Amino acid sequence: MSDLIHKTAAQLAEMLAAGTTTSVEITQAHLDRIAAVDGDLNAFLHVNAAVSLDAAKASDARRAAGAPLSPLDGVPIAIKDVLVTTDMPSTSGSKILEGWMSPYDATVVTKVREAGLVPLGKTNMDEFAMGSSTEHSAYGPTRNPWDLDRIPGGSGGGSAAAVAAFEAPLALGSDTGGSIRQPAHITGTVGVKPTYGGVSRYGAIALASSFDQIGPVTRTVMDSALLHDVIKGHDVHDSTSLKDEWPSFAEAAKNANVKGLKIGVIEQLDGEGFQPGVLARFHESLELLKANGAEIVNVSLPSLEHAVAAYYLILPAEASSNLAKFDSVRFGLRVQPEGGGTVEQVMSATREAGFGAEVKRRIILGTYALSAGYYDAYYGSAQKVRTLVQRDFADAFSKVDVLASPTAPTTAWKLGEQLDDPVAMWRGDIATIPANMAGIPGISVPAGLADEDGLPVGIQFLAPAREDARLYNVGAALETLLEQKWGHTLLSQAPELKGGAL
Amino acid sequence: MAKAKLMDYDKALELFEPVLGFEVHVELSTKTKMFSAAPNNFGSEPNTNITPTCLGLPGSLPVVNEEAVRYSISLGLALDCEIAESSSFARKNYFYPDLAKNYQISQFDEPIAINGNVEVELPNGRVFQIDIERAHMEEDAGKLTHVGGSTGRIQGAEYSLVDYNRAGVPLVEIVTRMIEGAEHDAPELAKAYVATIRDIVLALGISDAKMERGNLRCDANVSLRPRGSDKLGTRTETKNVNSLRSVERAVRYEIQRQAQILADGGTIIQETRHWHEDTGATSAGRPKSDADDYRYFPEPDLLPVVPDPALIEELRAALPEKPAERRRRLKADWGFTDLEFQDVVNSGLLNEITETVAAGATPQAARKWWTGEIARLANAAEGDAGIDITPAQVAELQQLVDEGTLTDRLARQVLEAVAAGEGSPREIVEAKGLAVVSDDGALIAAIDEALSAQPDVLEKIKDGKVQAAGAVIGAVMKAMQGKADAARVRELVLERAAAL
Repeated sequence: MSDLIHKTAAQLAEMLAAGTTTSVEITQAHLDRIAAVDGDLNAFLHVNAAVSLDAAKASDARRAAGAPLSPLDGVPIAIKDVLVTTDMPSTSGSKILEGWMSPYDATVVTKVREAGLVPLGKTNMDEFAMGSSTEHSAYGPTRNPWDLDRIPGGSGGGSAAAVAAFEAPLALGSDTGGSIRQPAHITGTVGVKPTYGGVSRYGAIALASSFDQIGPVTRTVMDSALLHDVIKGHDVHDSTSLKDEWPSFAEAAKNANVKGLKIGVIEQLDGEGFQPGVLARFHESLELLKANGAEIVNVSLPSLEHAVAAYYLILPAEASSNLAKFDSVRFGLRVQPEGGGTVEQVMSATREAGFGAEVKRRIILGTYALSAGYYDAYYGSAQKVRTLVQRDFADAFSKVDVLASPTAPTTAWKLGEQLDDPVAMWRGDIATIPANMAGIPGISVPAGLADEDGLPVGIQFLAPAREDARLYNVGAALETLLEQKWGHTLLSQAPELKGGAL
Repeated sequence: MAKAKLMDYDKALELFEPVLGFEVHVELSTKTKMFSAAPNNFGSEPNTNITPTCLGLPGSLPVVNEEAVRYSISLGLALDCEIAESSSFARKNYFYPDLAKNYQISQFDEPIAINGNVEVELPNGRVFQIDIERAHMEEDAGKLTHVGGSTGRIQGAEYSLVDYNRAGVPLVEIVTRMIEGAEHDAPELAKAYVATIRDIVLALGISDAKMERGNLRCDANVSLRPRGSDKLGTRTETKNVNSLRSVERAVRYEIQRQAQILADGGTIIQETRHWHEDTGATSAGRPKSDADDYRYFPEPDLLPVVPDPALIEELRAALPEKPAERRRRLKADWGFTDLEFQDVVNSGLLNEITETVAAGATPQAARKWWTGEIARLANAAEGDAGIDITPAQVAELQQLVDEGTLTDRLARQVLEAVAAGEGSPREIVEAKGLAVVSDDGALIAAIDEALSAQPDVLEKIKDGKVQAAGAVIGAVMKAMQGKADAARVRELVLERAAAL
């Protein structure tokens, strides 16, 4: 096994710049790794080695000509299947889009291509990003590289597992209620949900438009910063994308320093309902930051009590409308009922066969929440809670620079363990959902392993909207302090993956 | 389909008061669509003016067309509406194969323009104020063609084709408040209202406003209130009304149809009805209830529209004159009688006469040409090829008459040649040698010849029987092939007769 797969994207970029390796070598090493372990993991839904190697060759040619497109030119990347791509199928983990080829690239895909990155394939996910375990994928669950009997988190379990298992140095994810951060926590990797509007949503198959945000999935904070620098910025195709001039996030990560940084610990996410090992690593990290000059204070966000309930009304409401386009008329699956049928009957048969149980559950819930006579009580009330959450964050950020919490209440659970209790799984999103409701950025950074099960634990930092740079500052600082303390990276403690060839 | 039983119109009006309401959809002639950069062109090959957004492909997003917002603000201002400081879009969720996303992006509780009114003048001179409740922006759906059935309708069709070229074309929907008091004029008012909206959007240059192409579509709400009752009747909404004449006919039809049903003790069903141009009747569409559940909610992909107040003022300053104001001004400027002016308005000749006057003709001369000889030629023209005469040509023709180059009779001859595309009036006069002979020498020679040929007439003239000169004048005009000024010929005949 080549050592190239254990390098960070930043290191690979340096090696490419120095001419000590080539994009073809790097890409081939990752393709070999995928071939060796993805049979067990199922992190990828689609890999086309020939296409990836062609892109790698083109990158090497640019570099030989002295014209690389960006520092990351030639570095491979995995792409969550929620993002549409012209050269690979885009299914969003659903049967209803099996084999569907998009005629256009998502803006973030265009941006990574224009920066010379080499797409390795499309990663597995809960169907239409609905889930926290990747078990709701129509193409089978992804397994956690730390323990193949456990879930990798979700919905972006594929991207997180691919990065954690050294199948890719970088991946793109989407975070609607924690789908980037929670899998990062579960797999010992780094995940960032940017400020709402910080990265274009054009070409991201919508789950809940007012929450969805695309972001980086990596093994280090610096790599997330480098990828975020590639994908950030206004897009004329997305009205909700911000026109801000963004600072360099890589610079923020490079100059990390927490001296004088005021960190607020969210009281509502520190205690009851959280696994002891998760809380232990969380407080350890805070102590470390405090010892290095950060000020730690407690803050209260009382509205978080209602956040999960409100989120699970707004999300299904928007999703029920966003998913209405999957009707068999223009693209995707078409199921003819026996003996033919009207357009409504064909649509009904197609949805029956093409949508999974969790998707149907949320469409029905959302349709109900928007119906005349129920709108005010459900959707309307939920939007009021959203406003309260936003106010609570505004209050909190008037007192502190960043907020901190465990990224999720528990470590990875066993496959199948929560499938019969959807509401329990929804409650697990308590720590990540608030950032989506307020549109603020968040990062999950590895904080260690839980004592009771030896599984990874993440710490989450949140910053005010547009202040994503603060996350790279505090995240990179903590990462360095923890690795100094441990004497190694967290992922180096993951068990060796054996067998499982494709 | 069987035509419904209709009550005599006058009788219907004796028993009931018609109450109207209109929803007019105006397709804006922006370069691109409401929410995508796809071209907004009529008549292209099916499914060529499309982007991922028009097709509602996974991952696609809408972006508001700023030109459409400007057009909508101008229209709102022209309708005397208040322009909302902030307006927003919502999703109207329903399934139909021509609606790519299965929801329409439309303005719901926060439209861009509210509380306006428009002045409408009827052919009989009655002026009516119609209150506008709102004007809001939305996107058009695609176009379905049902193939295999006998009627072209979905019933009986084997399959349907969808053209998404129209999907996402910007629309403004103008909604009136309830219109009472139209009484007998209700059908004419309906037509005049839609014609006024058409004139306004044409003057603004924001729509092609061709009803036959669907650029302008009118849904007419009609209900009847029994005389002496203050309770409103159940309304029907008639769609598919594709011409001004149809608007008038459809409203008249609905009044007569509903009146008959009510008089027979029946009830009106609240429903959508379709107008059929060929049979001149409406047929039942789908039942419509106020409880239709479109599950409206704020469109999360779009930000509110918050126009810069400076932009609104700029657009207000650039507004063209309102049709009613313009008519009042022109009538005064031209000095036409009520009858003359009404004739011009009803013939749709305001623009032609305005331009002819601008090109130098007097208003009365312009009016006479356009409502007289040109209208006659147009009527006589085969099919709908029409005739092509410009205001500048009419002004030139009148100038030739005024300077004595042409007599009225010659001028009509020249006009026919202009209509036939033979050139400008002056070109035709030269090419055909049609100018009046103004050389007295040539006239005197012809007169002397005619007098010597008719010595008896000469004697009568000399005896003071001046009316006898007619025979000589006729002979001279004939000799001159009509290209002489008859009055001048008469003067000269009398002069020569006295001298001889």
